[in-house]
Amino acid sequence: MGRRRPYKNQPPRGRAEGLATRGAEQEGKALARPEAPARVPAGPRPAAGATPLVRIRGLRFARGERVIFDGVDMDIPRGQVTAVMGPSGTGKTTLLKLICGQLRPDAGTIEVDGLDVHRLSHHELYRLRTRMGMLFQSGALLTDLSVFENVAYPLREHTRLPESMIRSLVLMKLEAVGLRGARDLMPSELSGGMARRVALARAVALDPMMILYDEPFTGQDPISLGVLVTLIRQLNDASRLTSIVVSHDVQETASIADRLYLIADGKVMARGTPLEVEASGSGWVRQFMHGEPDGPVHFHYPAPELDRDFLG
Amino acid sequence: MLELLRQLGGSGLQSLANIGRGHILLARIVLGLPSLLARPRLLLAQIFNVGVLSMLIIGVSGLFVGMVLGLQGYYVLSQFGAAQSLGVMVAASLVRELGPVVTALLVAGRAGSALTAEVGLMKATEQLSGLEMMAVDPVKRILTPRFYGGLVSMPLLAAMFSAVGVIGGWFVGVGLLGVDEGAYWGQLQAKIDFQEDVVNGVIKSIVFGVVVVWIALFQGYEAAPTSEGVSRATTRTVVHSALAVLGLDFVMTALMFGN
Repeated sequence: MGRRRPYKNQPPRGRAEGLATRGAEQEGKALARPEAPARVPAGPRPAAGATPLVRIRGLRFARGERVIFDGVDMDIPRGQVTAVMGPSGTGKTTLLKLICGQLRPDAGTIEVDGLDVHRLSHHELYRLRTRMGMLFQSGALLTDLSVFENVAYPLREHTRLPESMIRSLVLMKLEAVGLRGARDLMPSELSGGMARRVALARAVALDPMMILYDEPFTGQDPISLGVLVTLIRQLNDASRLTSIVVSHDVQETASIADRLYLIADGKVMARGTPLEVEASGSGWVRQFMHGEPDGPVHFHYPAPELDRDFLG
Repeated sequence: MLELLRQLGGSGLQSLANIGRGHILLARIVLGLPSLLARPRLLLAQIFNVGVLSMLIIGVSGLFVGMVLGLQGYYVLSQFGAAQSLGVMVAASLVRELGPVVTALLVAGRAGSALTAEVGLMKATEQLSGLEMMAVDPVKRILTPRFYGGLVSMPLLAAMFSAVGVIGGWFVGVGLLGVDEGAYWGQLQAKIDFQEDVVNGVIKSIVFGVVVVWIALFQGYEAAPTSEGVSRATTRTVVHSALAVLGLDFVMTALMFGN
């Protein structure tokens, strides 16, 4: 079925490896999720806990000749932090854009809360998006508005709340990310970490059901990185959110994620709890999780033989 | 040979697709009017951006163009003893042609390139995606106000250009070269037809306004989200707008005045 691993010198198949190559229909049985039910909020939704919030089946997406996803199946459970990790350029951000309907897949379906994202009308898609927040790598704050106005923006656009209520809500959200005092600053006056926290406050302004984080840890100093790691976990648990974190910062991500997906070369290479993935016997997974310079993924870009280049 | 044909066909299809996308975008921008009317402040901000901030360059250019017209017109007309008609010549050239055309070219250079860079950078810094993710349509919220802002500003700027130009012509003709003041204004009033000259000029400037702002916004919206992409898009805005304005001016002049 064309689901073979591209790496040749891999050790005996481990658990995660086996899971990765299994069909979607078997996945429910194969994954033991002992802690999962405890974290699922007893929300008002009848389906809570029973069905995953995001269901991806047979996803295929190509940019020109380059196939980015080839038959990816994923389930993002409600109420948990799910991390999607993989090397740079594997299309992690593309995955987020597919989930929120900014890109269309070539084949396969993506369902969010039971709705097929790519069959929705423009209006329905926008309504769904008011229930999703996304944290962009750059923050994507509107540069001509102050911090306060940036956080207030979705409230002003989508609600008819009185000004006093908007003020309270915005200050509450800013307090949650520790930036209540920075309300009058302009985005250009913020550090990268602060901009990301403001963007986070904006993303939760409408109390969404799900937040997508695009590389939240990239380029952060240790302190703001620690702040972001804690914030993501706290926001998820306090507001009963579902979080998807796309990242390649293994340690930080694994420390807050309930479940991990490792993707590379358009396929899911491993899935499970951080411990399960960590214990995986797959050479590629081990190399990625421990950041080893050489392994199944070679240090050298494919090149002609050394002798040919140097000795004629 | 076959390769050449293939490339020709490929680029032909590419430009057709571009034209199609441009028109779809224009339709979406134009249809955003109701949501714009609900937020008039956005429109006012853009009229300020495109219109008010262009006033200085338009005013100064209009003055100089009018003065040059006064000078050149006087030299030519006085050879036939018709220097009294200087007012008509200056005003007709400005209202019919130079007002709308030069204004459009200047707006393309000053405001059009700024619009492209602004929208392109908003795209490059993911602000447009960010708006989409907040369930706010960036076309309606970002492009539509800029489009209508330009549309409203262009005829007003063109009118200002012509008015200042007529004064510049008067300054040179009457003030410096001694043309009779009564003849300058009197002939101008008698010979410039409101329907024929002024209305046609206004129509021209509205069409140029649509074209210039449309090109600027399309280039910005479609720009590759890199610094190189934005700089290329800005250049394309100025080049395409200038060519489109001059080409359309010929067509419209032929239709309006060619009987």
